[in-house]
Amino acid sequence: MSEPMKLEFQLEQDNFDFAGVPSSRIKKVLQQIGVKNEIIRRVAVASYEAEINVIIHSLGGSIKALIFPDRTELYLEDIGPGIPRVDLAMQEGFSTATDKIREKGFGAGMGLPNMKRCSDEFEISSEVDVGTKIKMIIFHNK
Amino acid sequence: METFFRSVGLKADRCKGCVSCIKRCPTEAIRIREGKAHIIESKCIDCGECIRVCPNQAKFAITNHLEDTDIYKYNIALPAPSLFSQFELKYSVEAILCGLLRLGFDDVYEVAKGAEIVAFKLKEYLRQDGVPKPVISNACPACVRLMQISYPELIPHLLPYEPPVEVAARIARTRALENNPLLQADDIGVWFIGPCPAKMTAVVHPLTEKSSNLNGVIAVSTIYGKLHKTIPRTDAEFAECDNRLGELARWGGVTWGVAGGESDSVDSPRGTGLIVHGIHHVKEMFEQLSDMKLTGVEHVEVLACESGCVGGALMVQNRFVGEHNLRTRIDAMKTDKNADRFSIDGKNLELMEMCESCAPVKIYQPVPIDENMSEALRKVEQMEQVLKQLPGLDCGSCGSPTCKVLAEDIIRGFAAETDCIFKLREKVRDMARAMVDLAEHLPPSFEKSEDKRDDC
Repeated sequence: MSEPMKLEFQLEQDNFDFAGVPSSRIKKVLQQIGVKNEIIRRVAVASYEAEINVIIHSLGGSIKALIFPDRTELYLEDIGPGIPRVDLAMQEGFSTATDKIREKGFGAGMGLPNMKRCSDEFEISSEVDVGTKIKMIIFHNK
Repeated sequence: METFFRSVGLKADRCKGCVSCIKRCPTEAIRIREGKAHIIESKCIDCGECIRVCPNQAKFAITNHLEDTDIYKYNIALPAPSLFSQFELKYSVEAILCGLLRLGFDDVYEVAKGAEIVAFKLKEYLRQDGVPKPVISNACPACVRLMQISYPELIPHLLPYEPPVEVAARIARTRALENNPLLQADDIGVWFIGPCPAKMTAVVHPLTEKSSNLNGVIAVSTIYGKLHKTIPRTDAEFAECDNRLGELARWGGVTWGVAGGESDSVDSPRGTGLIVHGIHHVKEMFEQLSDMKLTGVEHVEVLACESGCVGGALMVQNRFVGEHNLRTRIDAMKTDKNADRFSIDGKNLELMEMCESCAPVKIYQPVPIDENMSEALRKVEQMEQVLKQLPGLDCGSCGSPTCKVLAEDIIRGFAAETDCIFKLREKVRDMARAMVDLAEHLPPSFEKSEDKRDDC
């Protein structure tokens, strides 16, 4: 198995200027290696939602993409409040975002459900007052 | 591999090999090689940005001349609504159309009448259930081409009907055959009179699987001088067009000539429609749409030229003047006795409906950096390494628009690292140092006496 290409980005709390930068970088690499557009779209949506989640809800964190010839793995890690009820957070429309965040057009409660919908494998673990970790895998040939 | 026709050409003697066009091109389709601009045809979308930005007028659009109509027995002019923006209000639409007839065309048919029909269908389509939202307009061929090349995942969002110019051409052709029983289909030439290099490509190399209903494009800038002279000024001149002009298009069609017109014509509810003009802005919007970052938007009007077609690359008037002229004309039409939004002939609507299935556009897959994905991945990594070594000034002196594109060109084998003048200078400096070092290093037999080694 060849070595994956690694892209890693730090995410800061409330820094919306940076939102979308990691997902466009990942997207560009996938385009260059010839991954199909539908697949790229899923990776881009999953990583964008992930970035936004960290920026809105946590105190900061990182997103890492490992790009293999056959798949992209996305790793998300943040420190912060964590998610008390992961089952609730996975429901469409469930949101704990503040009004201020909603005014910006975010916080519709679709983040986690969208991330799950876009990935082939999805794992989440969260500890209250510590942080959240998410792993997503998207295969290139599905 | 298919062959591409591009409607942007280069007058090589005028091109100085400056970097204006490579920096402005939205698809990074231009490189400077041997002192001249070269277009990578598979990437070009004919938006006309390079024509607009070239300080030496070296770029031009390959469009038709009036003489090209000579080979047809019967010629029909299809003026774009934006043509009216080139004339002050004192010249009526009738006068401009009559001017086209007096130039030698056998018939005229306004593209705005095609736009009325598309607007009518678009209005209906927006209300249908299960339609992929937002619906993206397909009236601008440069935007459609951009989508085909870079955002094919958005194609299901395109309005699945023929664009106004094709609808108008179909109607004009059918009408001509009905009214002139002696004519054969091959006798008729249908010519778009507009400001758009992308339309020309769409004629020669259609966006859909179907061939175009047009025979060619005559640029506004080509025809303007002559048309200005043939616009009737006296009653006798006007009389030449008696009974030759059909019913005029209403404001709901004419308004398509300016940004926001399409949205205005379908009267989309406040807050559900977006109007995006200028190809760089359109690209940004496609990026957003592709990542599904927009919600609650029903309709997106996209136009490659700023201000819409009135800002076309092949116009004569300044775009703000053109926009003012057309908007003033539309305002006047809205308060006219014929102020209806549309006036659509049921028969023409049928002609449009016959063609609902001819809209799906072709898709171009971008060429990956290597056919083998593992190898491609390795090359992308290599590219990152090359990029880190480049100065990141994006000066364009190497002939590629940015350092990033140069890195890709190097890996693809189209350029060398020393094409970068900074890398070249570094290499020259290293070589000079090496020469000095070598010059100082003398064989032992040449050594001077004061440098004598102990063992001697």
